[in-house]
Amino acid sequence: MFTEEVMPPPTPVTVPVDILRLNTCGSVDDGKSTLIGRLLYDSKSLMEDQIEALERSADITGGGQINLANLTDGLRAEREQGITIDVAYRYFATPRRKFIIADTPGHVQYTRNMVTGSSTANLSIVLVDARLGVIEQSRRHTALASLLRIPHLVVAVNKMDLVGWSEQRFLEIRAQFEEFLPRLDIKDVKFIPLSALNGDNVVDPSPHTPWYSGPTLLGHLETVHIASDWNLSGFRLPVQWVNRPNNPTDHALHDFRGFSGQIAGGIVRTGQKVIALPAGIVSTVKQIWTYDGPVQEAFCPQSVTVVLEHDIDVSRGSMLIGTEHLPGSSSDLQAEICWMHPRALQAGKKYFLKHTTHTVQAVVTEIVNKLNMSTLETEPAPAELAMNDLGEIRLRTARPLVFDGYATNRLTGSFILIEQGTNATVAAGMLLPPREVVKPENGDYVI
Amino acid sequence: MVRKLAPYKDVRPFSMHSYHLDHLQHLETEAIHIMREVAGEFERPALLFSGGKDSICLLRLAEKAFRPSDLPMPFLNVETGHEFPELIEFRDRRAQELGAKLIVRTVDQAIANGTATPAPGEVSRNKLQIPVLLGAIEEFRFDCAIGGARRDEEKARAKERFFSFRDGFGQWDPKNQRPEIWNLYNARLNAGENMRVFPLSNWTEMDVWEYIKQEKLEVPNIYFSHTRECFRRGGQWLPVPPDHTDATKPDPYAGARPKPTEARKTMVCRVRTIADMISTGMIESPANTVDDIIGEVAAARVTERGSRADDKASEAAMEDRKKAGYF
Repeated sequence: MFTEEVMPPPTPVTVPVDILRLNTCGSVDDGKSTLIGRLLYDSKSLMEDQIEALERSADITGGGQINLANLTDGLRAEREQGITIDVAYRYFATPRRKFIIADTPGHVQYTRNMVTGSSTANLSIVLVDARLGVIEQSRRHTALASLLRIPHLVVAVNKMDLVGWSEQRFLEIRAQFEEFLPRLDIKDVKFIPLSALNGDNVVDPSPHTPWYSGPTLLGHLETVHIASDWNLSGFRLPVQWVNRPNNPTDHALHDFRGFSGQIAGGIVRTGQKVIALPAGIVSTVKQIWTYDGPVQEAFCPQSVTVVLEHDIDVSRGSMLIGTEHLPGSSSDLQAEICWMHPRALQAGKKYFLKHTTHTVQAVVTEIVNKLNMSTLETEPAPAELAMNDLGEIRLRTARPLVFDGYATNRLTGSFILIEQGTNATVAAGMLLPPREVVKPENGDYVI
Repeated sequence: MVRKLAPYKDVRPFSMHSYHLDHLQHLETEAIHIMREVAGEFERPALLFSGGKDSICLLRLAEKAFRPSDLPMPFLNVETGHEFPELIEFRDRRAQELGAKLIVRTVDQAIANGTATPAPGEVSRNKLQIPVLLGAIEEFRFDCAIGGARRDEEKARAKERFFSFRDGFGQWDPKNQRPEIWNLYNARLNAGENMRVFPLSNWTEMDVWEYIKQEKLEVPNIYFSHTRECFRRGGQWLPVPPDHTDATKPDPYAGARPKPTEARKTMVCRVRTIADMISTGMIESPANTVDDIIGEVAAARVTERGSRADDKASEAAMEDRKKAGYF
């Protein structure tokens, strides 16, 4: 063990500390792509050939003015139509952090793209046009961010230059948000007045907002606390791949049988008891194997290979769990879903359900309700869930899932539905908490 | 006072105080997870290994994902015939060192058996790699090919999924991609369809070099500064290919040789990105070590692909090739 005294002096840190994943969402013409372009441009993350390409396209389409949106709109149809078709990913770094931006368009297929772009995000930026204030799209975006449990939200009140940098207008919009925020599950919200087009309060503080004392957008992105965004209580290892070298010449490898996967929750230590589900057998962690050598402990979201004391029935789709903070195990599930396909959800139809590393058949037994995006109230028992609808459903799976509520653990509480035949991904699901947890004290859990 | 150490890297200063991953550890665990999903979900995957810096990282990630077992997939490389000899030597040696099976298919074979036909007057064989790749996928019935493409390379790539679905013609349909949510990848295919998987999607050029440094990975020596004779074509300095010595065979670098009208220069240079000799611009550089390269990348004012002739064809050059089944 290193102690404080013998610790080597830190090497000069030229690499950023960590990664912040964020997504931007807004309606058409809210200026999402312009905002991202501005972040890249003002943080000096753009290269000369990218700027040249921008200038070239400005001559053709923009009447000579650089259009920052052309940076992210990468496909030909997007540049021609001036829209964003699909989620585009952008990367930039400052001395403090690295950033992965998912730019999600705000028009057709909106929910689908927003869910895709924000499911792994630490932070979501909702853009609001200062002239228009809160519109249905703004509510929808915020509701989705809440449903997906994105830990941090930024409301970027854009185009402030077009309302004369009015503090009163900014406060009105904030009040509009605060009317419905209490109904949602968002813990950290930040309001920032800015102009993406002119760069005010994006990277550099604006001279036009003396009444605003908060950080610029980039300043906030660099400092928001994300260290606790992963779940570190309740060990979960969904087994991806059984590692069996079967090496006939090397005796040590001949008997090696490890369970490889990415830890989806908690911490695992050598010597600790784990339960293998669905087999329900208790064993002890003999070794945590990594390519860089065995380790004493590992944590979410590291990828490891766990070797157990006993030779028990574990394969892809099994889950190793700790003996505290137990998950549920059931074939009858309740979940909130986003429907993402033009063919509406039908109760009674069979789908494939992929949860962690496990794919099973599932049938939707009931559509419990649908969320009305204008009122954020639920409507009971709708006939169907169509593209971009959010709602709650009940499902029955062919084999039980070992799961947590999505609010507890994003990785063991989420699933996708896949249409049989076309193999299209048709829904993203977030499981409600289990009604009861697995009971390891039962005699059948002992080997 | 005893501090808690992150088990992965006990030498990096910023993971010591908490259960928190730095950016390379974060990218690494994401990529390992994707590699293992490929092994778990597909019957006949292959890993595209060219010997370039990105696929060198892929190999280390494969080792991290699958050791102590053998790597559960062969390596596949498509040769244009205009390769840097140094790269071929490196590729063959690395495959052997890792105990992996290396499958090589070439544009020359494809032209000879008629599955690929060069466009009249076109010297670059970049696009001709497409039928060769698709042919190899069909020949070996690969259902998945892992590639080293990164989203930060190019605008069309920025829209790519980790698991990129290709139809029976190998085509990418950017308007109809499967939504990719959390870390749940839909790998289901019907007969004849296949998947391209890009574990390095979220990596930047800088991340790749930092990882090469961290893992002490060997890279082909053409990434480091050396003296080389180059010629000017299409706004770039292209390398002069090795002499044609065996007169009994056609010159493999025929299209890649300088014309008398093209200016020549002996340069102290290196490659920043590698395609083949005909589409790789050499950059003047004294960088001798990985640290030097990291310094250059940090100070660079043009993108990596700025030195790739294959991307200069048009604003949508990459998009068009990807739709046709490119890597």
